[in-house]
Amino acid sequence: MYPAKFAYEAPRSIQELLDLLARHGDDAKVLAGGQSLVPMLKLRFAAPELVVDINGVPGLDHLTEDPDGTLRVGALCRHVTLERSALLAAEYPVMAAAAPLVADPMVRSRGTMVGSICHADPQGDWASVLMALGGHIVAMGPRGKRPIAMTDFVVGPFQNALQPGEFAYEAVVPPPVGQRTGTYLKLERRVGDFATVGVAVSLEHSGGRVVRAGIALTGVGPATINAADAADVLVGKPLSEETVEQAARLAAEAAQPQADHRGSVEYKRHVVATFVRRGLARGEVVAA
Amino acid sequence: MTALDEVKIGGLGASRLRVEDQRFVRGRGTYLDDIKLPGMLYMEIVRSPLAHARITRIDTSKAWQIPGVRLVLTGEMMAQRNLAWMPTLSYDTQAVLATDKVRFQGQEVVVVVADDPYIAKDGCDAVEIDYEPLPAIVNPEQSAAPGAPIIRDDKPGQTDNTCYRWEVGDREATERAFAEADVVSSLKLHYPRSHPSPIECCGAVADFDAGTGKLTVYMTTQAPHIVRAAVALIAELPEHQIRIVSPDIGGGFGNKVPVYPGYVHAILASILTGRPVKWIEDKTGNLISTGFGRDMYLDAQMALRRDGKILAVRMHADTDQGAFFADAQPSKFKVGLLHSAFACYDIGIGYITAQGHYTNKAPGGVAYRCSFRVTEAMFFQERMMQAAATDLGMDQAEFRRINLRRDVAFPARTPFGFLVDSGQYHKCLQVGLDAIGYDEFRREQAAAREKGRLLGIGISTMTEPLGAGNSREYDILGIKMFDSAELRVHLTGKAILRTGARTQGQGHETTWAQIVAHELGIPADDVVVEEGDTDTAPYGMGTYASRSTPVAGAAVSMAARKVRAKARKIAAHLLEVSEEDVEWELGRFYVRGAPERGASIQECAMAAYSNMPDGMEPGLEATAYYDPPNLTWPFACYIVTVEVDPETGVWDVLRVVAVDDCGVRINPMIVEGQIMGGLTEAYAMASMQFQTYDADGNMIGANYMDYLLPTAWETPGFELHEVVTPCPHHPIGAKGVGECAAVGGPAAFVNAVIDAIGDAGVRNIDMPLLPDRVWTALQTRQSVSGAPPVGRS
Ligand SMILES: Cc1cc2nc3c(=O)[nH]c(=O)nc-3n(C[C@H](O)[C@H](O)[C@H](O)COP(=O)(O)OP(=O)(O)OC[C@H]3O[C@@H](n4cnc5c(N)ncnc54)[C@H](O)[C@@H]3O)c2cc1C
Repeated sequence: MYPAKFAYEAPRSIQELLDLLARHGDDAKVLAGGQSLVPMLKLRFAAPELVVDINGVPGLDHLTEDPDGTLRVGALCRHVTLERSALLAAEYPVMAAAAPLVADPMVRSRGTMVGSICHADPQGDWASVLMALGGHIVAMGPRGKRPIAMTDFVVGPFQNALQPGEFAYEAVVPPPVGQRTGTYLKLERRVGDFATVGVAVSLEHSGGRVVRAGIALTGVGPATINAADAADVLVGKPLSEETVEQAARLAAEAAQPQADHRGSVEYKRHVVATFVRRGLARGEVVAA
Repeated sequence: MTALDEVKIGGLGASRLRVEDQRFVRGRGTYLDDIKLPGMLYMEIVRSPLAHARITRIDTSKAWQIPGVRLVLTGEMMAQRNLAWMPTLSYDTQAVLATDKVRFQGQEVVVVVADDPYIAKDGCDAVEIDYEPLPAIVNPEQSAAPGAPIIRDDKPGQTDNTCYRWEVGDREATERAFAEADVVSSLKLHYPRSHPSPIECCGAVADFDAGTGKLTVYMTTQAPHIVRAAVALIAELPEHQIRIVSPDIGGGFGNKVPVYPGYVHAILASILTGRPVKWIEDKTGNLISTGFGRDMYLDAQMALRRDGKILAVRMHADTDQGAFFADAQPSKFKVGLLHSAFACYDIGIGYITAQGHYTNKAPGGVAYRCSFRVTEAMFFQERMMQAAATDLGMDQAEFRRINLRRDVAFPARTPFGFLVDSGQYHKCLQVGLDAIGYDEFRREQAAAREKGRLLGIGISTMTEPLGAGNSREYDILGIKMFDSAELRVHLTGKAILRTGARTQGQGHETTWAQIVAHELGIPADDVVVEEGDTDTAPYGMGTYASRSTPVAGAAVSMAARKVRAKARKIAAHLLEVSEEDVEWELGRFYVRGAPERGASIQECAMAAYSNMPDGMEPGLEATAYYDPPNLTWPFACYIVTVEVDPETGVWDVLRVVAVDDCGVRINPMIVEGQIMGGLTEAYAMASMQFQTYDADGNMIGANYMDYLLPTAWETPGFELHEVVTPCPHHPIGAKGVGECAAVGGPAAFVNAVIDAIGDAGVRNIDMPLLPDRVWTALQTRQSVSGAPPVGRS
């Protein structure tokens, strides 16, 4: 497990970081928590000329809520910070449910949510969570910041929509339009196992009806799957047995699983449907 | 003068903290990778990406051009030195570097030696190899199919993929018993390939000194003396010029018994470069190429009388050996100790056949915390017991009660020739049933089922033969399976003990000193234990097969008794009485009838160097070689309860009760640690752990993302109980324990899940019982096979 030769830079400011990325473009790789990049380097699956370690860059580790309710998760905010956040526990049930299910405690103390999303592993948990929440990534480059909707961010397995010279500055969850419920359910064989199936379900309720819904799937396709049709059938009405069943069926149809040693195609689709059902059962609000 | 308190001095029964942990928990162990010699070079291996292919071209020129690359070895270069192939411990041959074909994914093809491991890896990347792919064979059925490509076309006279055929038992008597049976119960299953997967991978630092002609090899081996013998025979170096040192070992579990090609590469590379060469496998290298466990198919029947009595058993096993028959197992039986199956039951008649198959998979080793296929034997046995009880409509516990041997029946001969030494099987079972609350659970289970909840209980009872060997039936390369101990008591009464075993987590540095304390009354803290250096250790066969305590541990006792015998003469001299008038109590000789007149063992030690009787050789030391009269036979009863989620097939363990009778316990804490470790591995095998292959022969399970080791998080809690039946033929009554729970445990978990499903159609689900397999069984109401290849569709 010995990586190929690479150069290493540790910028001390966002400007230095942007300069380095501008100079090296595609030949540079950002190192955040290193929990995916370092294994890739050691296996020689990745062999960048330059590794740009952003851990010394100030101002990237924030986890903040704007007055309007927008949540911002900085590029250096670690999984463990999210896991332990009182704010998430109180107001972001999907994120609070997902955080302790990502990897294992060692990885969580180092890895970042933004890094996970940039890595665009179809088995990564955070991409589904942010997708279900209708969130976006803020990219930063030579020309400043620009938002990239989560639904556009992942362009393929291990491929994201960042341009050369850009890095992901933060992940953003928009303010809710109703009361938030939802959860993240993950079938894993062991702690630290990637998802055989993961399902993020996010609902916002108002006036006894679902006003916004998001369902996204982990590990059952070549990339994170946005089960938009499944979410859409829930919107504009109260949750009912019928809509839940429809959503479960549509989500299972949206899945594109492959048979492998973790399970058959039928099984994975079945678990998607089961988890959507279970997730929505937890999504009911007492009195809205 | 009051006698010493044995537990206080760290003798038998003392749960002494492990001496070795003092350095391990401080990070002060010396593992192979901690060894750095001046001028040392580093070696990396280019492995085959394909499972079966003809090599059409190897071009190493670009690798040679990389600055810092010192040597690139190919099969051709090995062949020039007659080293392209080496003998295996199972009397087959194995490629050291591939010359003609590659026969499994991960096979060693080229070796690069360089100034540092990064450059060595760059060198590997620069090697160009062309392959012409051949069809891959990944299971015995494909291997035996007519027209299958012959994997071992290197072997003259090999016309198919059969590796061996073997049988034991009485075929005709068995057929007769089956003809008379009221009920015949049958079962087919696959015990998947697993891997011992020690955290520290295999490796070596080879250091050939051209000046002295001495070869020193630091090596992760569980059996340094066997390696020395093998090196002497393969490399044709004089044995006295070979020193094998096994430093602290980061886990073995059977993985570090075989002799691997990498050791040979490192040795040759050191000879050719004149410099020390370090080779350490990466995790994938270890998982993809080194000794696996299991991968065995069972097709078995049991002949039963309606009242529950087992009349006979008949088993056929197909073993998937991989590309080379490299099992490191010392019995004279081709399929190891598979025929130890059913030893705990009173069954008079049986017949077992086995066939080994070459496949395009990694070669054997074949142990994973087990004595050479005992794990398969006990798993098959206990799965068959469950199926038979179900077929009879009989309660699982009652069916075992009817057939377990009675206490008066020992020693008992099994239909396959073993002599079972002792045990209290019914008592162990009862302790287990009481602990779990068997009858109450059955009521709970029925009530839960009404509500659609699936609870299940699984029992596994077994005795296994431990402690290879005795010299009649066990040898490695012709060397008999004894072991040895050498005890030197210094003049101040402190001592050093060396044995031919090699600890790798078992705690020998702690427990051997306890045996000395028990025999001599020297406090365990005053005894230092050293193992693993062939220049200093007495000749022994190493540590595996739970053999250390049964064999080397017995030798420790015997060496200490020799020391005591000499000390007795010295005591007589000191006390000025004749030897017959000297009595012994722990730590002290005294004059019969005058107990206040005595000489402590320490006083005798001092006198051995300063005041010995006339005509006596000075010194107080002894060496003992121990050839056990029989194997030792611990018994265990494991009971597991589970709940299965009918919607997802996910199952949770509710409780695990373990009752182990491993004879006298030297250090109860270490024994319990061994049992918990074994149960953890049993749970792993039952729930998540396997190596499988796709149709192209790609291994799935060649890294820790796919090959799962359970963590503390999901590992269930264990409730441990004990029964003690001293081993009648071991000096201190101990039996082995290192493997029991890993051997007997898996069936308890599987039986519990099958019981929870409670559908006659679902006779079996192959391990690991992944949620999708359990769900599929629930959906189809049929058994679920897990045999490779795994599908891609
Ligand atoms: C044993 C183990 C188990 C795991 N299990 C899981 C699991 O169950 N579920 C799961 O979701 N993940 C799992 N992971 C992955 C883990 O979540 C990683 O932490 C995460 O995928 C990457 O985050 P990081 O900060 O470590 O990123 P890094 O490893 O530093 O980077 C990953 C990739 O993203 C890029 N990158 C990182 N940050 C930025 C940025 N700000 N801008 C642009 N590009 C960036 C890097 O260049 C690299 O290509 C596991 C990892 C390990 C080692």
